[in-house]
Amino acid sequence: MMKKTFHKLFLGAVGVTALSWSTVGATAESGAPLQLARNDVANTASLQRGARNYVNYCSGCHSAKYVRYSRLAEDLLLTEKQVTDNLMFSGERIHDTIKIAMRPEDASHWFGTTPPDLSLIARSRGTDYIYSFLKSFYLDPSRPTGTNNLILPGTSMPHVLWELQGLQRAVYDGQSDAEHNAVHKKFKEFELAKQGSLSPQEYDQFVRDTVNFLDYIAEPMQIERKNLGMRVLAFLIVFFLFAYFLKKEFWKDVK
Amino acid sequence: MSATMQQKGRMAQLVDWIDARFPMTRFMKEHASEYYAPKNFNFWYYFGSLALVVLVLQIVTGIFLTMNYKPSAADAFASVEYIMRDVEWGWLIRYMHSTGASAFFIVVYLHMFRGLMYGSYKNPRELVWIFGMLIYLCLMAEAFFGYLLPWGNMSYWGAQVIVSLFGAIPGIGEGLVEWIRGDYYISDITLNRFFALHVIALPLALVFLVIAHIFALHEVGSNNPDGIEIKKLKGPDGHPVDGIPFHPYYTVKDLVGFIVFAMLFSLVLFFAPEMGGYFLEHANFDPANPLQTPEHIAPVWYFTPFYAILRAVPNKLLGVVLMGIAVLAFVFLPWLDRSKVKSIRYRGWLFRGFLGAFAVSFIALGYLGLQPATPGYTLAARVFAVIYFAFFLLMPWYTRIDQTKPVPERVTFHTH
Repeated sequence: MMKKTFHKLFLGAVGVTALSWSTVGATAESGAPLQLARNDVANTASLQRGARNYVNYCSGCHSAKYVRYSRLAEDLLLTEKQVTDNLMFSGERIHDTIKIAMRPEDASHWFGTTPPDLSLIARSRGTDYIYSFLKSFYLDPSRPTGTNNLILPGTSMPHVLWELQGLQRAVYDGQSDAEHNAVHKKFKEFELAKQGSLSPQEYDQFVRDTVNFLDYIAEPMQIERKNLGMRVLAFLIVFFLFAYFLKKEFWKDVK
Repeated sequence: MSATMQQKGRMAQLVDWIDARFPMTRFMKEHASEYYAPKNFNFWYYFGSLALVVLVLQIVTGIFLTMNYKPSAADAFASVEYIMRDVEWGWLIRYMHSTGASAFFIVVYLHMFRGLMYGSYKNPRELVWIFGMLIYLCLMAEAFFGYLLPWGNMSYWGAQVIVSLFGAIPGIGEGLVEWIRGDYYISDITLNRFFALHVIALPLALVFLVIAHIFALHEVGSNNPDGIEIKKLKGPDGHPVDGIPFHPYYTVKDLVGFIVFAMLFSLVLFFAPEMGGYFLEHANFDPANPLQTPEHIAPVWYFTPFYAILRAVPNKLLGVVLMGIAVLAFVFLPWLDRSKVKSIRYRGWLFRGFLGAFAVSFIALGYLGLQPATPGYTLAARVFAVIYFAFFLLMPWYTRIDQTKPVPERVTFHTH
């Protein structure tokens, strides 16, 4: 009886821990709720589009210094020629990693900070965070870049995708509190102030592909890892049966 | 046929030749084929052999990681990513090592809890227990030093917070902290010495202590879920009637336990190596940055029960002292426990209640140590810390007056 109680306690503990996991990373630092990225690293076409987006819009400022072009060719089912022609613009060689020409000193001078390397950004911030971040730029004349971000308020990153998305304005549910000389406002929604070249659905897909690519480069072996895992588990199940009946056979003598 | 006979003859000759020079056969008999273990081991008795398996796993994967890891502040983070991306099977070895670290603590905590339930620390197993506690202390140090090596931002700030705790010691504190770091802050020098301690000093100590733990155990014999000394009742052959040779009976049984463990281990390793940010913390995928603290610094989950106690105490020095006592208190159990019986099966409800409350408070403190210190959580941590210490402090009292049941002569065993 006592034994059962302890088994229950143990299971209870596992339950409590599992509960707390589900809350990790549900909101951004700013407290704004995150939208789900719903990307799929098994979708190679999406990864290929994401790679194109990355080299066209991100890699001017953001390196991915642990990611090799040759690995991209292999994993994204591209030929080395396709990679050289479409993803490499400044004379790199196929075994090089994705570096940038901008010097860190210049970057701090221009932006007030160095744009972070994006090799591992999907693992340190999470895909939902990046997806939400890229969709949450809004007009704010008080910022030097002219835009601010709901997910990372005060970000020094300009809205580099504005030509695609257009520019959006933040709409608040506000009430002025004259007594305390303050305005309590709560973010309600974004409204498009200037049309971009992509429709909202196309822009979502654009961001999702880009996030998918970032997810992939953060852990390029993740698909291989899961495939190997299935094979290892299948082996262990067979091994278990042999070991279990071996044990049963030996323990027949124990009275 | 005759060829095989001749082969066997040669094999036996080789064994004789070795035995004349080294006690190989005697050793195998003493520790395996003629080591008599109680036949009534249950679920809780898998975790000792599993801890040994994980130790071997950590040493072997550690050796291969060392071949490509660079212990310098400039290269460490990049070398880990090099292992993850460019070294053949490097990702597998790294995940085995990182998952193995958490797995080590899971099996060791369950192994220790088994000892608490069945009174395995009581006479005559005090030294088995003390060697075990020394292993646990070395394991904590090993895990702490190893956690700095990936040189992520959580590695950096975690080490910063833990090392600075020594600064609370009056008089020598500041100097001690500098001496540990070898610098005025966590630096390349600190990383280098932590690497030396992680790959040589502590593994060596761990291996020696594990050998001592097993030798001490085999000298007195294993305890069991009934807490009965099987050596007291021997058959005409001179072996305990309730004992069976460790090999082959427990080697085949532990093999089954190992495979189940390997399945659970593989589920984490292959499908959730970060374990939702608890085995590999998200902030550790950013390189160490002395100018930027992570949003929320918390040690890895296996230290959080003690971290919660530290934070629950308003005075820093007292917090550090109580945290130290919380870890070391286990050493004194053999002398704090005044009960006549060992196993929980024959103890009364007082002990069961205190042990249950202790287990709950350990898990609750572990949970609280991961959360930000809000006033509500801090109050909860204080309540659970009091229960934690009450388990030890009141033990001489409640184990003496507890209503125990008579212990039978033979162990409880149902044929399989």
